[in-house]
Amino acid sequence: MSDAFSRGLLWGVLIGAVAMAVLLGLAVGPVPLSPSEAWAALRGVGDVTSVAIMQDIRAPRVALAALVGSALAMSGAALQGTLRNALAEPYLLGVSGGAAVGAVVAVALRAPFGVVPIGAFGGAVGAVILVLAIARAGGSRPDPRILLMAGVVVGAFANAVIMIALASSPPDTTRNALWWMMGSVAAATWVHVAWLAVYVAVAGGVLLTFAPEIDVLALGDDAAAGLGVNVERAGRRAYVVASLLAAATVAAAGLVGFVGLVVPHLVRARAGRGHRAVIAAAGLAGAALVIAADLVARTLRAPNELPLGAITALGGVPFFLAQLRRLR
Amino acid sequence: MIRFDRVIARYPRASRPAVDGVSFDVPRGVITAIAGPNGSGKSTLVRALLGRVPLAGGAIFVDGDDVAQLERRELARRVAVVSQREEPAFPVSVRDYVALGRHPHTPLWGGADPNAEASIAKAITDAEVSPFVDRTTDELSGGEWQRVRIARALAQDARALVLDEPTTYLDIAHEMAAFELLDALARRDQAVLVVSHQLNLIARFAHRVVLLHRGTVAAAGPPGDVMRGDVLEQVYEWPLVVTRDPAVGAPALLPLRSRRKP
Repeated sequence: MSDAFSRGLLWGVLIGAVAMAVLLGLAVGPVPLSPSEAWAALRGVGDVTSVAIMQDIRAPRVALAALVGSALAMSGAALQGTLRNALAEPYLLGVSGGAAVGAVVAVALRAPFGVVPIGAFGGAVGAVILVLAIARAGGSRPDPRILLMAGVVVGAFANAVIMIALASSPPDTTRNALWWMMGSVAAATWVHVAWLAVYVAVAGGVLLTFAPEIDVLALGDDAAAGLGVNVERAGRRAYVVASLLAAATVAAAGLVGFVGLVVPHLVRARAGRGHRAVIAAAGLAGAALVIAADLVARTLRAPNELPLGAITALGGVPFFLAQLRRLR
Repeated sequence: MIRFDRVIARYPRASRPAVDGVSFDVPRGVITAIAGPNGSGKSTLVRALLGRVPLAGGAIFVDGDDVAQLERRELARRVAVVSQREEPAFPVSVRDYVALGRHPHTPLWGGADPNAEASIAKAITDAEVSPFVDRTTDELSGGEWQRVRIARALAQDARALVLDEPTTYLDIAHEMAAFELLDALARRDQAVLVVSHQLNLIARFAHRVVLLHRGTVAAAGPPGDVMRGDVLEQVYEWPLVVTRDPAVGAPALLPLRSRRKP
């Protein structure tokens, strides 16, 4: 099997997987619809209930799941290359901790529901700035290892703040905050989708444009400098853009764990040819994975919903272990 | 081609400069070598050339342009560097790795690099890495990996090549082959600067040797002038004798056992 063929096959499989996931996500639910009925309802044709289910509930939900998965996976792929670390992912770098603090504080202050995502986004951005500041305090250039350590430390600090906030809150607040920390796209609206789509288009476009620099950064600082890359500037740009992308998903859907860590590894060995391909493939695979995980979350114990973040982790761990065994 | 002019470089928090007033030229057409004990400032000079260590004084010029003023990609098109250590974070195929040498020639915003294919093919042939070009970078022996790194530098199509201990992991045959390759490149009017501990090879291949000692130039000139027993003994702080290489008459160095009794 030639390289070109196997790469063509990979893109075919990924696009097919996204299409299949979207189709299943639209058709399956408490009111099952055949693909043709689903398509008709999507265009506003058919009985009023089906149209409402499709246009107001399922379609935005599937779209949001796709964008969340895509954004997290692209963010993780870019961070792993930039920081030269297979464990790097947006959540490890303080984004999740900061976002959770922002959201929990918003919930504890009894802010209106619409303000919680803004709190989460603000918390995530604050954490990114804090992590960069800590990493820079050690010297003029942010060392990838120090950046990772700073992320872990900020995450631990955030956990402490969350525990204190939850311990001193009434039970209903705690439950709201916990549900948010487990991730969900159940409350998806077209407004959420539109906002996140803008982030994914802009930040994803920046990451894809500068992906060749990430290829060079992955060789190490001295080698990258020898190839004409401004190591500090290129590294900071990738870190900030990838973190903002993850922060936007947290604001839209809470914490959906594991996607940013696992999906890049699933596609990396097969996509080959540098980070432009890896980031694009991770974006597709992440979209398919989170749509499928959300489908499981809402159908496995219907009418109850399972937390989306738990499903992605439950599904992601065996995948990851299989991949590790293959690499041994 | 490259000129180091009274270069002073100091790492943050270091008590004394790692390089303290070093001047020498790296002309086209010959191999120039930097030698010296560990910690004498050899690699710091290479890193200073790349702007990785800020200069506390002096300047480095490439084709008459101050490196500090030169755009980084332009510098990478003029000077290709094989640094001392390097390990890709994720394995890539040898061909893709060599292709990264084209980075300074490839515009980020679309647009092709017309010479890419030819330069990559030539680099792969010249560095003799074609037998394992389809393997990935984690499936290479130490010697193969060094040659792949040299191939990437060649794909950069720069007029100057700087190598920091390029033969560290190579056996005798590959070490000789590497120096023969550098010699051939120099004969094609490239400037070649090589940092090496292999004094005997330097003596045979280099046109000029710059011997560093604690950040300053202890001796500089043709190998026969620099490689004198008294000079080397003082710089390396180890007893040694210098004889003649029986094949070509170049100086040859033999370290002795320690005079100090345990």
